Amino acid sequence: MNLRHSAFYHSGLAREVKSSQAFDQEAVLLDLKHFLPAQGPLKDFIHHNTLHAFQHLKFFDALSRASKLFGYKVSLSLYEYRRLYVSRNIDEDILTWIIVQRKGSQEVNRWKEKLISEKYHQTRLPRIGQLRSNWKRHYQIDLDSLVHPTLFRVICSYLDQGIAMWKFPSHPEGFLASLRELERNSFTSFFRNKRARKILMEGSHDIASLLKILIGDKSQYKQYLFDQQFAHQGWSGMVAYIEDHPQSLLDTKKVSLHDFVFFELLLEIDALDSTFGNIWAPLSLKVRKKPVDLFAEEEIKSELDEVLSMWQEAFEWTHYDQALSGILNQKRNQQQSALKSFQAIFCIDDRSFSFRHYLEKFDSQCETYGTPGFFNVEFFFQPGSGKFYTKLCPAPVTPKYLIKETASNEKKEKDVHFTKHSHTLFRGWFITQTLGFISALRLALNIFRPKASAATASSFAHMNKVSELTIENGDASQTENGLQIGFTVQEMAMRVEDLLRGIGLVKDFASLVYIIGHGASSVNNPHYAAYDCGACAGRPGSVNARVICFMANHPGVRTILRSNGLNIPDAVRFVGGLQDTTRDEIEFFDVNKLDEGMLELHRKNTSVFAKALDANSKERSRRFESVNTRMPAAKIHEKIRTRSVSLFEPRPELNHATNSLCIVGRRSLTKNLFLDRRAFLNSYDYSLDLNGKVLFNVLKPLGPVCGGINLEYFFSRVDNQKLGAGTKLPHNVMGLFGVANGIEGDLRPGLPSQMIEVHDPVRLMLLVEHFPHVVLETIQRSDEVYEWYINEWIHLVVFDPLTEKLYLFRDGTFTDYHPIQRAGVTSDVTSLIESTRENISAHIITTP
Amino acid sequence: MTFFLELFILIPVAGFILSLLIPGKKENSISWVVYFTVGIHLCMFLVFTGFWFWQDRPILNLKDIVLFKTEGYEFFIDFYFDKISAVYLLVGSFLTFLVGIYSRSYLHRENGYKRFFNTILFFYVGYNIVIFSGNLETLFMGWEILGISSFLLIAFYRDRYLPVKNAVKVFSIYRIGDVGILLAMWMSHHLWHENITFLKLSNYELVSSQLQSHSVIGVFISLMILISAVAKSAQFPFSFWLPRAMEGPTPSSAIFYGALSVHVGIYILLRTFPFWEHQLSVRILIGLIGLISSIIATGIARVQSSIKSQIAYASIAQIGIIFIEVAAGFQNLALWHFAGNAFLRTYQLLVSPSVVTYLIREQFYNFTPRKQTIEDSLPKKIEYTFYMLCLKEWGLDSLMYRYLWNPLKWAGRKLNVLSLNGVIYFFIPAYLAGLFCVYNKSLISQQIQTYLPMLFSIIGLVMVIKSFVERKQSMLSWVLIIMSHFWIALAVAYNEQFKFDEIHLYLSGIAVSGVIGIFCLRRLKFHENESGLEKFQGHSYRHPKIALVFLIACLGVSGFPISPTFIGEDLIFTHIHPDQALLAFVISISFIVDGLSLIRIYARIFLGPHAKSIYEMAYKSS
Repeated sequence: MNLRHSAFYHSGLAREVKSSQAFDQEAVLLDLKHFLPAQGPLKDFIHHNTLHAFQHLKFFDALSRASKLFGYKVSLSLYEYRRLYVSRNIDEDILTWIIVQRKGSQEVNRWKEKLISEKYHQTRLPRIGQLRSNWKRHYQIDLDSLVHPTLFRVICSYLDQGIAMWKFPSHPEGFLASLRELERNSFTSFFRNKRARKILMEGSHDIASLLKILIGDKSQYKQYLFDQQFAHQGWSGMVAYIEDHPQSLLDTKKVSLHDFVFFELLLEIDALDSTFGNIWAPLSLKVRKKPVDLFAEEEIKSELDEVLSMWQEAFEWTHYDQALSGILNQKRNQQQSALKSFQAIFCIDDRSFSFRHYLEKFDSQCETYGTPGFFNVEFFFQPGSGKFYTKLCPAPVTPKYLIKETASNEKKEKDVHFTKHSHTLFRGWFITQTLGFISALRLALNIFRPKASAATASSFAHMNKVSELTIENGDASQTENGLQIGFTVQEMAMRVEDLLRGIGLVKDFASLVYIIGHGASSVNNPHYAAYDCGACAGRPGSVNARVICFMANHPGVRTILRSNGLNIPDAVRFVGGLQDTTRDEIEFFDVNKLDEGMLELHRKNTSVFAKALDANSKERSRRFESVNTRMPAAKIHEKIRTRSVSLFEPRPELNHATNSLCIVGRRSLTKNLFLDRRAFLNSYDYSLDLNGKVLFNVLKPLGPVCGGINLEYFFSRVDNQKLGAGTKLPHNVMGLFGVANGIEGDLRPGLPSQMIEVHDPVRLMLLVEHFPHVVLETIQRSDEVYEWYINEWIHLVVFDPLTEKLYLFRDGTFTDYHPIQRAGVTSDVTSLIESTRENISAHIITTP
Repeated sequence: MTFFLELFILIPVAGFILSLLIPGKKENSISWVVYFTVGIHLCMFLVFTGFWFWQDRPILNLKDIVLFKTEGYEFFIDFYFDKISAVYLLVGSFLTFLVGIYSRSYLHRENGYKRFFNTILFFYVGYNIVIFSGNLETLFMGWEILGISSFLLIAFYRDRYLPVKNAVKVFSIYRIGDVGILLAMWMSHHLWHENITFLKLSNYELVSSQLQSHSVIGVFISLMILISAVAKSAQFPFSFWLPRAMEGPTPSSAIFYGALSVHVGIYILLRTFPFWEHQLSVRILIGLIGLISSIIATGIARVQSSIKSQIAYASIAQIGIIFIEVAAGFQNLALWHFAGNAFLRTYQLLVSPSVVTYLIREQFYNFTPRKQTIEDSLPKKIEYTFYMLCLKEWGLDSLMYRYLWNPLKWAGRKLNVLSLNGVIYFFIPAYLAGLFCVYNKSLISQQIQTYLPMLFSIIGLVMVIKSFVERKQSMLSWVLIIMSHFWIALAVAYNEQFKFDEIHLYLSGIAVSGVIGIFCLRRLKFHENESGLEKFQGHSYRHPKIALVFLIACLGVSGFPISPTFIGEDLIFTHIHPDQALLAFVISISFIVDGLSLIRIYARIFLGPHAKSIYEMAYKSS
């Protein structure tokens, strides 16, 4: 919270003391912000729990409350669940188990009957919007259609990042100040009547006094503001987000939810004045029957709610149970071959799962690890000729370090189609008659032979691979804008050590250790940032991979590590790399710094990587209808690459769709398991951390990162219209920070339907390999962490490595869990993935 | 060679019909039909034009089917081909072909995949009829198809509020254009005493000798054509519709509102050029409209902060310049400019989602906080005034509301006394009385007879206005529309020597469609027990079939070229004398409002967020 803000907050409190009935403007605005969508501008897409405002409640309580308040659809429909049941995607035994747990074994048949065939009618109206709908009912006036077009256009122009050629003449004091400045120096006005304009210019009103004109009854102010802002939650959410994160815009704008609300209230007054003249009664005088208070405690949950939640759990556990059975029953051979070809560390990302599997398949002597893809180095990055810093670490962290790329004279490709010249009158006249015909050619070429262009967002363009980075800090005085340039040797050593100990790689190093970040490429995709690495704040992980390898190779770092008992032989080299998850390509950094022998080894490994990438693209392709998965891997790979540069392809890749599991433990837990790319894998060795000290740091980011991703997909899937962005096909880019439908729509936060359509809305199940009491003690160390599990936003299961038993966490304790179903068994993953485009349940892979 | 002209129309029609027959789930078959239809069309065009060039570019004219013929009146379809058609066909088939392929993958898994391609082919049919048309009547057929398919494409996402609202808005502007053509047709009947072909219009002596004696009529016709061109090409003062049409999937916005639909206005000007070539005042007016449009649209484009509206206004500005070029007689330049603008804007719209990647990167590496723009050299007060005016789109949108629709609504509200029963019990007997008198004209004096057409047409107008503002009962609204047509027919029956078959032709389509419409409304009422017009109800969500049948009924009533009413409408106008401008005005106003009212009933009942499924619908503001 910034200073200005807190000052307001206190004055708000002071007012509250005077009169308990008073409307506390600042408190209401804070409340509003809490409930509004918290998604920032497009360029940094950070996944988060869409219903974060309800996270203090138990999952299903939160759902029914959110649904009741805001009209969200929070689960699949009854019809969909029943269809899943018929198609055996919900297992009957699991369903029985769920009902027994909830209702006891006597009630099973009665409830099963209800779940499967009872008819329910859902007719209740959401509470939001009811108060404000009275304008239409009693005044026959549609305020939305009178106010929204102006409101959206003005705020969009104010925040615009570079679409308009003639920019909003903004005033440094903020939005309202800018409006005053415009109105003062103009012969025209945004208002049609004098009153609203006068109020704006005088500047003596506050939100409460405007509400007095509009509403009258103080007790309804808060509800009215909620109704009003939730009529366009996209715009309000964006304003609130930018107010709190001004740095999220490159061309920074000072804006506040207060100013935005103020302007909207003025527009409403103006619209009413235009229709009724200066004299009209405030809303509360006309409304006899007050609508239910938005936040009133509610009656007990309806039976339908309960039925839906049982279906949901049965759906989830059908899937978890198969995976758990697989984990229990697959062969865990702990002995590892002494000779190691290479080790590779990847991001925990669910997209890495299959790639790691194929690496291990094609080279049985290699080892792979997973860890959050910023690789424990947090910093701001400034590319060669970049004018800004880019944060490369998880969103909540604010780094103190800066890594700079020394200027590399890389020319950025230009494309006149995106420049403003074609929109001017005279140059436009010339351009249409010349460039216009080239456009026709370009269009034809891109349709028949798609290739990368200036419009493509490419993960490899994030950093120039031949440039130099300032990673090492000479002395602490080297700073820029309060950031230390580079890390000291001590700081480097600490980060490397934590990383390696965290994933359990402390001995038996192979000669080459790869650390591979990931990014994505796409074209014609405003949501491009959502496809990159979440742990790098929605950017590719290339710089992080390169930086951590530099550190790990640093002789000084090695010395410190050795003194801390972590002995990395001098011959061991770390090599950074970037995997493009859309194109299935990989690029290695600083390979020229390897000596001849290492280079030879590296070349050998490269061919394994290439083969694994082909196989990986084959596995991915089974979700794409335009690709025949039975074709040879290399051919499929070519098609996959073409997809990533095709203008007409709204699904370059499917990103985190279908994610559902997160497994914290050794690779041996999952090595012989096919999990259909649905699991985040975080390497962790409990035997190195018996008291759970490291575990806490491992678990802490998993909630916000993996849980955030999972829940964003969950809610975008179940209510793609209100919590997701709807189909992306009609999207129109607004001010470079958001998308809307058409030119006068509300911003659409959330994920577009093309990203979530194959996703099954199930919560994340976290499996930790450790002793239950250690895990319990660990998660209880922080309320923030504990909330995810105790409120069931993430399911938690523990695998006890000694007893080899599973324990399920519920209501604060662990209880035994015995899988009900049996995982499938296959000796041939290839024929498995060729068999269907649908989800495939967990399979144990046996060696033939 | 003229044989090919028919083929150029028949191929898209065949493709369209075929595409209707394929089940909606078969994405591949649907897209292949489009692919082949437009592909064959494009190939045939290339071969044909090669041959045509080789033959030294003759102007082709084909008098096709005569649809209706009586003494002194002949309604026939006529096709025509020259340079203008060639360029429009090239651009149209090339872009439709590319965008068709583009959309095959782009729309994959989208709800309404089939509907999308049906509408595109339907649009393509209309486009071809327009550019091959050899007389105003044929052109009008295509024109109507363009209008309705535009409406359907804008309202493609029919479960959301804004697309539907904007589709109705755009349709209402198109309707103004429709009546422009209708009135131009009316007057030119009286000018030439036949359905004149464009071929004859290019006969200089013929045109100038006619116009010498009828200069006012000439100017009137030109103005009507100009109105329809201005409406269709989104020129001043109708510019605001174009950005609002960008509600459908991006490829459809790109091809129709970036390229084809907006340039049809220019086509009609080019086509009728020989007619107004010697009317200096008209040429100046066209140039002036082009100039104003291009200046205003450039300003508006400069302040747009959303990518699609920026491209739309930039395109309007270029079309304004093309207007000037056409007025100045630079036909080749105008055609070249049209093609370039169409290609450029289509491509720009198609790649518009990439703008985030491109411009953010650009900004990241080359950011300068605030660049000076040309406007900064203006005095501050002027600068800010212009900025705000441009941001408000010069109030064009609300202007239209204030001066066109609000008076209508106001007038309609004065008529709130009319109820369904009242209408039936009073106006049906009155109508029957009027009808009786038609058969027995001797009963009433000659003098009264001269006033009756006006009186009856005003009754018709009143009914249709009342229908337009009716808020509660859709059935009342519908019945009023049907009745208004009957009153208009009656009015004309008094006006002229009465011919049964003409009136029957006109009313037969209306009656049949009217009954179908009533049937649909009753059926819906039976299922949903609700049929108000207060807000969009979105019943197509659960009753897509009723929605389709009702839409066809609406088209039948509105004189769409699927019912004989289409010819009847034209006939009605031939019976209005040139000196009865007021009567023509009243009837044409009632035709405008009639179309609006029909589309309003359809939109309110069947489109928009489904009123009974709040939990599955998008927010109204999205």
